[in-house]
Amino acid sequence: MKRKLPRTVEQFMAYACAMEVEATERYAELAEQMDTHHNREVAELFAKLARIEGKHRDQIMRQMGWTTPPATSSFRWETPEGPETTDYGDLHYLMTPYHALKLAQHNERRAAEFFEHFAAAKLPAAVRESAAEMAADEREHVRLIEEWLAKLPEPEPGWDEDPDPPAGAD
Amino acid sequence: MSPYNSAAMQETERPGVGTRPRHSSVSIALVGSGGAGVMTAGNMLLEAAAHAGYYALMTRSSGPQIRGGEAAAMIRISCVPIDCMDDHFHILAAVDWDNVHRFGAEIPLGPDSLIVGDPDQGEPHEVFTRSGAAQAKVPLKKMAKAIPEGRPNMLLLGFAATLVGLPDDSVSRAVEKSLSKRPAALAPSLAAVAAGREAAAAVERKYMLAAAPPGRVASRWLLTGNEAAGYGAIKGGVRFVAAYPITPATELLEWMSPALAEVGGTLVQAEDELASINMAIGGSYGGVPSLTATSGPGLALMVESLGLAVASETPVVVIDVMRVGPSTGIPTKSEQGDLNIALYGLHGDAPHLVLAPNSVADCLRTTQWAVQLAESLQAPAIVLSDQFFGQTRAVIDEPVELGIGTGPARLIAEANAPDFKRYAATPSGVSPMAIPGTAGVTYTADGLEHGERGTPSSQGTDHLAQLDKRRAKLELADYGVHWADVEGEGDLAILTFGSCTGIVREGLARARVDGVRTRLVSMRLLSPAQPARLAAALAGVKRILVIEQNHTGQFFRHLRAEYDLPGTMTSLHRPGAMQFNPGDIHRHLIEWSRA
Amino acid sequence: MTEALTHTDFKSDIKPVWCPGCGDFGVVNALTKALAKMELRPENVAVVSGIGCSSRIPAYTTCYGFHGVHGRALAAGTGLKIARPDLTVIVTGGDGDGYSIGGNHFLHACRRNVDMTYIVMDNRVYGMTKGQASPTTEPDWDSKLSPDGTGLREFHPMVIALSAGANFIARAFTGDPNGLADVIVQAVRHPGFSFIEVLSPCVTFRPEQRDWKKIVKPDAVKPTSDIARAARRMLRDTGFDLGVLYAGTRSPYSPRGPRAQRDVRELEARFAL
Repeated sequence: MKRKLPRTVEQFMAYACAMEVEATERYAELAEQMDTHHNREVAELFAKLARIEGKHRDQIMRQMGWTTPPATSSFRWETPEGPETTDYGDLHYLMTPYHALKLAQHNERRAAEFFEHFAAAKLPAAVRESAAEMAADEREHVRLIEEWLAKLPEPEPGWDEDPDPPAGAD
Repeated sequence: MSPYNSAAMQETERPGVGTRPRHSSVSIALVGSGGAGVMTAGNMLLEAAAHAGYYALMTRSSGPQIRGGEAAAMIRISCVPIDCMDDHFHILAAVDWDNVHRFGAEIPLGPDSLIVGDPDQGEPHEVFTRSGAAQAKVPLKKMAKAIPEGRPNMLLLGFAATLVGLPDDSVSRAVEKSLSKRPAALAPSLAAVAAGREAAAAVERKYMLAAAPPGRVASRWLLTGNEAAGYGAIKGGVRFVAAYPITPATELLEWMSPALAEVGGTLVQAEDELASINMAIGGSYGGVPSLTATSGPGLALMVESLGLAVASETPVVVIDVMRVGPSTGIPTKSEQGDLNIALYGLHGDAPHLVLAPNSVADCLRTTQWAVQLAESLQAPAIVLSDQFFGQTRAVIDEPVELGIGTGPARLIAEANAPDFKRYAATPSGVSPMAIPGTAGVTYTADGLEHGERGTPSSQGTDHLAQLDKRRAKLELADYGVHWADVEGEGDLAILTFGSCTGIVREGLARARVDGVRTRLVSMRLLSPAQPARLAAALAGVKRILVIEQNHTGQFFRHLRAEYDLPGTMTSLHRPGAMQFNPGDIHRHLIEWSRA
Repeated sequence: MTEALTHTDFKSDIKPVWCPGCGDFGVVNALTKALAKMELRPENVAVVSGIGCSSRIPAYTTCYGFHGVHGRALAAGTGLKIARPDLTVIVTGGDGDGYSIGGNHFLHACRRNVDMTYIVMDNRVYGMTKGQASPTTEPDWDSKLSPDGTGLREFHPMVIALSAGANFIARAFTGDPNGLADVIVQAVRHPGFSFIEVLSPCVTFRPEQRDWKKIVKPDAVKPTSDIARAARRMLRDTGFDLGVLYAGTRSPYSPRGPRAQRDVRELEARFAL
């Protein structure tokens, strides 16, 4: 199902909001997963990212005067999920904060590209302007993530080695 | 006067009829092969007896062929209610003798018996003649040929009916009813019956039944134990059955299928026993009392899932119509050999209910009770019926209401109950069950060990708490009066269960005439154990005899393991396909009481 | 007036124990979205499962759940649905639970065509018991239990489902939870037995399955109600073609024959002389 291109700022911001909502939820869920697997560092990092995305979501809602996020059931991303949503499959229980931030970097870049695509599309000027603003915001987020990333060492070889064999349950 | 008399002649005579003795119980075997129709004739004889006001039982035996094999119909007609076959048969009437000697052990004869055979079909086998029975030669085939579309089995029916004194009209009625769907066969059949009667009139030796017992024929029922159990299940509330055919349980399921449809229930045929038990558990999880029926091999497949019912606290009833084991055993013969698997077959510590009806009529009550118990205690119940009950057709008095519930017995969680915990500890051990469709109390039932909310847990403390809960709810329940039949007095006692009960009762009655006094405890509730009740029933007893039909004395060992019983205990057991009869019990009791 | 439920209302507080990276997270996401989209209520949905990692799913929803024994979830779900036709019944499990020990029940569930939806999370391995081959594992996949591989041709669940009578057959991928949610909605709404084979990577025992997202692709062919067409499509199936294969027209199972609501005592007439 193809998405409908947003014709108004309101419609466009609904997309943007949906993206943030999905990203927020996903980071929060990933934080829980990492917490269950005792990877506290990454759990905290995902939780922080969830808070950050939550702020972006709230910012959009404040800007638009929304009290609840608009319904997004009719939206369809062209990618399986929203541009800012981390793929469940990209996790590893031993991943380091570096890996997590690389995923965040990827997300923010995709978000920026998403908005830049709209900014350049044949859409009403107001929509293109909003898109350009959002794109700029996302580029700023990319920069911040990269600053953060720069402070972290690259993962050493063997980061994913676990001396213990897998445990069985059922 | 004792309801049971010895198999020999009754002493009193009917005034004005001369000195021909009257029998309060007569046993007849009809045999034949290759489509002779002995089962049909046997059923008609049974129904004729019923219409004449008598109690009766009919059992069957046959060769392995699906059709055309050798067959025997065994009927016992009695002036008093009966729950077992007699020691021997008065009449053995054969359409032919082909391979019929395989029934030798099942059709014991005595010097007072009569063998009726067609001289053109050869001589009866030595296994029958060595009894010293008299013989009557009746050219059945020739006589049948003389009647257009006449059949030898109908001749035998008339013959046998006359030998025992069943009135004409009850025989005709039985024939008419049986042939109501084939009216063309009616006239020839009745003609053949009449010819048989005429031929029997000339026979010296007769076994005239004493007067039919009082009571309205209309208040009697004719049914098999399988049908009684099926009805009992529906009475108890079952409305969903999953079925996989297996001898000798298939007829139970087949009876239930249209019956359920009449009362708003459903039966579905499953692909195997693993499916049927799980379908029943699924239906029960949905709030509908559910059941399946099987035999030993099927029960063996089901035990893992019975453990699921225990662990998830889901009610379900499995009727095991026991047959000879182990493995595929003898599907057409009875044995009480599944006690071990019923009691102990589940892995882990998995308390559950095991019950055993002790007569054809009792199949109704005990199954109904099992459903109510399973529902109220949220546990699986295994009902140990057997092939003897399941496939025996019996004329019984209409069962009396015994105050066993018929309505919903489950403790149900209310919608939106605050802080609902499916497996919460309660004083009774029974915690309310949320039924799908109820808001605010959703939960996941789990076979994994769990905490109070049902979340899987590997903690020892949760395991202990749930084990205690599941045991307590069964142990704390009040099982009322149905747990056993307790009869008699004295310091000797017999413990038994299931189909041995009728045989033991009759043997005991005969022994009483010889001055032997014993108590009888026939246990209906086999699990959970009832130590206090059994101790009370056996207070003062010095010697106990445990009687059962299996090779290793399963009930005896179970009693030894679970109970501290007074005095000394001995075991009398015999495997399936070797039925005890009342005479065996009688003789054993005389010996045992004097030892 | 009750507010419309969202997917978060269908997700319970219980945190899944699946390995991070596991495809099954996508299924919870998709299932909860699908149930919300259909405006169902948690108390009217039952999720029935067997044993295995993916069978843990019922407790991760706020629906009624039944976590039964290994391989028999379809039987339990069948009994539940026939006894309680008013409920929406979703049966879930893995490839081992469903196609190995559960194989017989799978065949007959397709054949019986009870109105329920079966979601199999196929990771081509027995994960819970630490890495043995399952019926959908490739013949050469080396494992401790079957060194150098089983040598057995893989089980083709969609082909079996088609030939056994399933009324709706689809393949989906956990990497696309929204797409899977759509398929679940279609499956639940389609009458009869609906089967969704979901490719769900096991990152612990089959880490190479992380690459599945590069291999899967939507099938170019639209769903058909023609079994022959669907069968021909299966002849060139790569195992990674996503989409609805077949949406048939069989009537869903319903008990046969006349039904009544008579009083139980009326049955006694059958025993009267």
